[in-house]
Amino acid sequence: MSDKLVAAQVRHYPPGDLAVWILIMAELLVFALFFAAYGFTRMGHVALFNQYQATLDRTAAVANTLALITASYFVVRAVAAIREGNSRHSARWLWAGVGMGVLFLFIKGGEYAEHLSHGINLSTNTFYMFYLSLTFFHFMHVIVGVIVLVILAVKVGQGRYSAAEHADVESGASYWHMVDLVWLILFPLVYVMH
Amino acid sequence: MQYKSQAVAKLYFIAAIGLFVGQILFGVILGLQYVIGDFLFPEIPFNVARMVHTNLLIVWLLFGFMGAAYYLVPEEAERELVSPGLAVLMFWVFLIAGALTILGYLLVPYSGLAQMTGNDLLPTMGREFLEQPTITKIGIVVVALAFLYNIGMTILSGRKTVVNLVLLIGLVGLAVFFLFSFYNPDNLVKDKYYWWWVVHLWVEGVWELILGSILAFVLIKTTGVDREVIEKWLYVIIAMTLITGIIGTGHHYYWIGTPDYWQWWGSVFSAMEPIPFFMMTVFAFNMVNRRRRNHPNKAAVLWALGTAVMAFLGAGVWGFLHTLAPVNYYTHGTQITAAHGHMAFYGAYVMIVLTMISYAMPMLRGRKAASSNRSQVLEMWSFWLMTVSMVFITLFLTGAGILQTYLQRYSDTPLPFMVVQEKIELFYWMREVAGVVFLIGLLVYIASFFVGTKEPEVVLEQTDA
Repeated sequence: MSDKLVAAQVRHYPPGDLAVWILIMAELLVFALFFAAYGFTRMGHVALFNQYQATLDRTAAVANTLALITASYFVVRAVAAIREGNSRHSARWLWAGVGMGVLFLFIKGGEYAEHLSHGINLSTNTFYMFYLSLTFFHFMHVIVGVIVLVILAVKVGQGRYSAAEHADVESGASYWHMVDLVWLILFPLVYVMH
Repeated sequence: MQYKSQAVAKLYFIAAIGLFVGQILFGVILGLQYVIGDFLFPEIPFNVARMVHTNLLIVWLLFGFMGAAYYLVPEEAERELVSPGLAVLMFWVFLIAGALTILGYLLVPYSGLAQMTGNDLLPTMGREFLEQPTITKIGIVVVALAFLYNIGMTILSGRKTVVNLVLLIGLVGLAVFFLFSFYNPDNLVKDKYYWWWVVHLWVEGVWELILGSILAFVLIKTTGVDREVIEKWLYVIIAMTLITGIIGTGHHYYWIGTPDYWQWWGSVFSAMEPIPFFMMTVFAFNMVNRRRRNHPNKAAVLWALGTAVMAFLGAGVWGFLHTLAPVNYYTHGTQITAAHGHMAFYGAYVMIVLTMISYAMPMLRGRKAASSNRSQVLEMWSFWLMTVSMVFITLFLTGAGILQTYLQRYSDTPLPFMVVQEKIELFYWMREVAGVVFLIGLLVYIASFFVGTKEPEVVLEQTDA
């Protein structure tokens, strides 16, 4: 046990592969640009943005926020478990994370279906253009994140990682937290602030 | 050279260099026509010279990519090409089809060429860069299929490396997106929309994968840095290329009749397009600094580093200059575009092909690893002559573009196009001088293959064992 603790303490920073962190930074930059564009455009159309923001389903968005935060918690537990060499627990936590991710996709998909049934699309108005673009780009990232978690869950379940060697799990977890983090900015910015 | 079938690359490289000379000759003619409008008229009108200049560029780069693939793939896959004979046959098919097409441009009025080649049956002609007669386009598809079969089967039946797989994805993408050149809808918006699927998704998408994999290959060979390290970089670079480049197509959709959201999508995503190019620069210098040996082919390393820098400047920085919709509103289709086009094509694609030729040619000509010192010195002179003159071509065109944008579109009293063209004449003259220097650089480059051929090759000792 003490060996494992030592192994944990001399671990590289940042966790996972540096390449993933470069990717994460680049992705955050793209979203940051989009958020800034949203903010600047909103300054010119405050009334329009407030009016159509009110049409969004905040209850669904709160549920989704909880789903993503919970998923992130599960992923944290999965990384903690694999750091102790406990593949079985780690895989179980990862599958739980996948479940929460899928729940997010279902809820968000329901919201999209609702918008579509009202004939809303990217060209409806500037607010919807931003709302649909931002949430859809994020939606695509959740799909990628879920796929990453599924692959990790399967491989962890097969016992391919250990307390000493699990950089892939940390990389995947870091990516997932990025997906979560983006939503934590997106949700208040697009759904709540007015 | 480890595999006999790699030798087919030599044919492709020689043809590429030959067509490159043609491209630059027409470039110099074209540059002069900007200031002396009736130069060589009516024999070679401006529109024909331009078509030959751009089409030759694309064709010789394709020859270069194919040659690079035929050289690189066997070495990576650790086996001979599936069919070297097919590669040679396709070389002649492509060269003859290409030559006939260029002769068609020069000898027959374009509308006559369209009639002669049965454009009515499946109209695909008359669009910038895709001017080739339909029959030539079909020929390109046939050559591409045979090429992909040859390369693909070699890769799939040999050792699979990241370099090979990324190259294969790039080449398959190149072939697939070219198919959109056959789609020619009546609706002008749709026409332009899908036209960019060839043009943009080539140069800001799949070609970057080809560029990345060739650069990675040359760096693995010349620096001796671990393959794993180089492959990881390659993964991140291509991921960023695709993330930014695919939706970045939107920066062509601002003013062609597509929905407004493209102004946002195009601006945001294409503003990120310099990132993968910047990564490539950091990557190349990093690998060379961490080199485990000093490769005797110093010219090839210079070309590799030059590619990384010039691609970032030309494609990255000069692309970013006019990629945001509010800026592009004024600069669209001015000399700013021409400035970007010149440095981006030279920096990214001309230089990567020359990098590969520089690395492979000594082996293809029977040497162990490098040319003689005299030959390399001359080649490095040509590197600097061409690269520095291209920087000046770009700067002069940028000056012309800024002035043009201001006088024609931004000032309180905008002037007509032709009046402005006269006012920016000085820049065109200076660009022409730089263009002639470029041509001299190219001649020096060719001369470098013929000097010091009898002298011993450069040998360098290992830096560490």
